Order: sequence, then structure tokens, then C-alpha cells
Amino acid sequence: MTETHMIPAPPRRLMPAGLICAALRPILDRVVRRIARHHPDMFARIAPYQRADFVIVPAELPFALHLRPDPKAPLLRAVPRNRLPHHDARIEGRFHLLLELVDGESDGDAAFFARDLVISGNTEAVVSLRNALDDVDGSIAQETADLFGPPGRAILAVLRRRSKRQ
Amino acid sequence: MTDTEMTDTDFSTAGELVCPAGTPAALRTAVDAGADTVYCGFRDATNARNFPGLNFTPEELQSSVAYAHARGARVLLALNTYPPAGKVALWRDAAAIGMRSGVDAFIVADMGVARHIAETHPGARLHLSVQAAASSPEAIRYYCQNFGVRRVVLPRILTIPEIRKIKSEIPCEIETFVFGNHGLMVEGRCSLTNWLTGLSTNMDGVCSPAADVTYERAADGSMRSRLAGFTIDSFAPDENAGYPTICKGRYTAPHRTEGFYAFEEPISLNLGRMLPDLMAAGVHAFKIEGRQRSKSYVRSVVRAFRRAVDSIRAGGEPDLADLVALTEGQKETQGAFQTKKWR
Repeated sequence: MTETHMIPAPPRRLMPAGLICAALRPILDRVVRRIARHHPDMFARIAPYQRADFVIVPAELPFALHLRPDPKAPLLRAVPRNRLPHHDARIEGRFHLLLELVDGESDGDAAFFARDLVISGNTEAVVSLRNALDDVDGSIAQETADLFGPPGRAILAVLRRRSKRQ
Repeated sequence: MTDTEMTDTDFSTAGELVCPAGTPAALRTAVDAGADTVYCGFRDATNARNFPGLNFTPEELQSSVAYAHARGARVLLALNTYPPAGKVALWRDAAAIGMRSGVDAFIVADMGVARHIAETHPGARLHLSVQAAASSPEAIRYYCQNFGVRRVVLPRILTIPEIRKIKSEIPCEIETFVFGNHGLMVEGRCSLTNWLTGLSTNMDGVCSPAADVTYERAADGSMRSRLAGFTIDSFAPDENAGYPTICKGRYTAPHRTEGFYAFEEPISLNLGRMLPDLMAAGVHAFKIEGRQRSKSYVRSVVRAFRRAVDSIRAGGEPDLADLVALTEGQKETQGAFQTKKWR
């Protein structure tokens, strides 16, 4: 794909992005495997793009997420945003918006119209992913938080509060 | 239920709210938000929202119909595209699956599809899609008399006085769009997508196929949208965007070098404030566009129009939440319903 986006400089953090990504690796791996196990129907909607690589860039975080929605070998990992892997499609927006889109609480088209959501690369892959996620009942974010018990739920509540303030 | 029976559903209540669903989750959302009726389609070319990852399998349709019926809501199956020559089997099979699934009516545009359903499934209720572009009493009566059509979805090109006059001259119910995408043109006959991509909105069910759409963001934050390699619009960094359809593209011409909307513009229909006038003109059902939209959109828009219709039924004014954030280009219009001078 042609990369024409302007990537904002990563926010300054006490911990280097590489270390954050490494620390998140086992957590994200557990999360994506659980989602794949609990929502097998979702993968049928994205069938032609199960081997596609998506990069999801939360605008205010120092890392991006690399997703490959392969039901047999699902991949979700954090990557430094200045070292993005090869990808078929890229989705960028504020973390709060991305969280709401995953949970079906915001409308992707409206966010796109308002220029709050930026997509590039394979548009059909992005549309397929959007529709697959939108057919999931309930909150994937909440399911993820529940996976880690009370600490997970507390972290999600903090993230939601912070994101809404920004 | 056999494939030749259709429940004699009661469609008699005026002000029926007809709502979109692109997925089973969206259908459940629409029903829970107060939809009287939900319309949907299969994952193929038999309907005009044949988008990747969208729509229903036969199994999903069956369970979704059961969900809706258990809560007093109805389900319409959109078979509103035109079968290419020699390829009618897909539409015939879809109608048979719809019958077995217990849908309450079919939305059709093609005369051949209408005739097939009328003859093969004589108990089936037929609604005429906006894709048929039937906008005169003569055209509408033709479909009613020959295929038993019970409802017409009017093209978005008529004023309320014109709708009132048509209603007095036809033997069927009228459904009008009240919210959503406003890409009217000559509905059912638009070939702009076909011209660039080789795929037909009317036969393949897809306008501006996503596989042919690309977005490029420049260093200054501006964004260019392309269809099949052709630039169809360019948005400044702080400018609201629209769908990547040719009819809503911005073009230059020898006499308009600055770029202008030659056909339509990114804007959505919102007739919330006209609901009482539409009901008085004889409109039976209000349609919300947006099977391609998220369940968040469905929830917000259906709730808003549910409150508005209930308020009118109670003798009050429509109580409509501000829906502009969900509109294309963040702009609303009453279009031709307000005046023929619109565009």
C-alpha cells in the first residue's frame, strides 16, 4: 500500500514503546485467542480477509496494534508506531473512538464523515472487519476486561473515563 | 411452514417504522429500539446493499425472523435488484428461502422477480422497492394490478402535495424514506458505478464497491477519495467527508474550475419535522435508510423516530433528538419533499 499518512510523533512516555509492546504481548495474545474462541461467527464475515494484516493506530498512544483475524492462528500484538509492519489496511483514530467502534457504541461511517476516523489501504478489508465486529453482541472491551477480573475492569473504567475527557 | 405459505401479517397501523438491518445484531438492535418492521437481505446480489461482511445467511434470517416475531415486529426481505439475463435462479432461490424463513413481505423491483413470487408463492405480500422508480399513479397501478403489489416505496423526488395526489389514485399503501442516505438520481436506473467499475448497482447490488475505493491522506491532512483509480473528491483537512459515490463526487469543468458537486452532494435526508404532514398526505410507513450502517446508528435513529411517531400518535409534536452527527457530510435536507427546487 502507499503510505501517505502523517504519523504524529509518539507521545513522550517514561517507558520506551518497545518495552510497552513486549509487556503487552502475552496479554493481547490471551485476549485475541479468547475472542476467537467466543465469537467464531465473526470470522465468517471476514472470510476473504482472515489472512490480511490490519494496523490500528490509536492517535494518542505510543504504540499501534497489529491484527490478523485468522481464526486458526489469530494475531494481536502491539508494535511501536514508528516501526509498523507491512499491512493491508490501516485504521487510525482516538483510542476512545476505536474502543466505541469495537463495542458497537459509535458509528464508523459518522466518524469517517467527521474525519475522526482515517482509513487507508484495502477498503474492502476494513469494511469487512467493521461489519464482522458490528455483528458481535455485547462489549468485546468488557469481555476483555472481565478476563483479568477486578483489576481488568478497573483499568477499563479508567481508560474509558480518561478517553472521554480527552 | 411450507414454502407456499406466508403469515397474513397485520400491516394496518399507519405510521409504521421500517428500519434497516445489515446484520442479525443490527436486526435485534432495531427491534429492541422500537422498530415495527425491519428490512434485510442475503449475502449476495439479490439486494441493493451487497457489501463485504454484510447481510444474512439463510440460517441467520430464520433465527432473526423468529426473534422479531416473538417481539411483535415484522421482517421484510429485500430482493430489490434486477437479475441479469439467464441468472434468475439466485433470486428464485432467495424467494423460496424467504418463504421458508417466515418473512412477512418481499421488497422487489424487477417485474420478473415480482411475477415469479406472485405465481410461485401466491400468498406472499409484495412491496415495490424504490429501485423500481415508480413515481406516477399509472406505473404504481401497473405493479398493483399485475403482481398484487400492496405497498410502494416512493422515489425521493416528490413533494408532499404530489404524494397526496398519488395516494388518491392508487390502490396500495405508500412508504417513504424519512432518514438517511440521499442518493436519489433516477433510482433503480443509476449506472454511474457500472461505468467506472464494471459492477452494477442494480444487478450486482453494490454501489461503489469497497474493493475499488481508496483513500489517500496527504501530509497537510487533506484526503482524496478514488473509485477505480479515478479521483472523485478531495476534502480539506477540516472539511466533512461523504460516501465515495460518483453521484456525490466533486468535479471540475471548463466553466467551473474550482470543483463543484455536479450531481448530488454529501448530505442526508431527515424528514423528522415533516412526519405529521406525511401522515396527513396518506403515507403509511416511514423508512429509515442504512443497512450498511452500524448497530449504533440503528439504535440512535430508530429510538429517535420511535419517540417522534409515538408523540404524533399521542397528539403531540415530533420529539426528535439531534441526529445531524450521524448524517453524511454532517448535513441534513428535506430534499424534494420540501421543494422541487432542491438541486
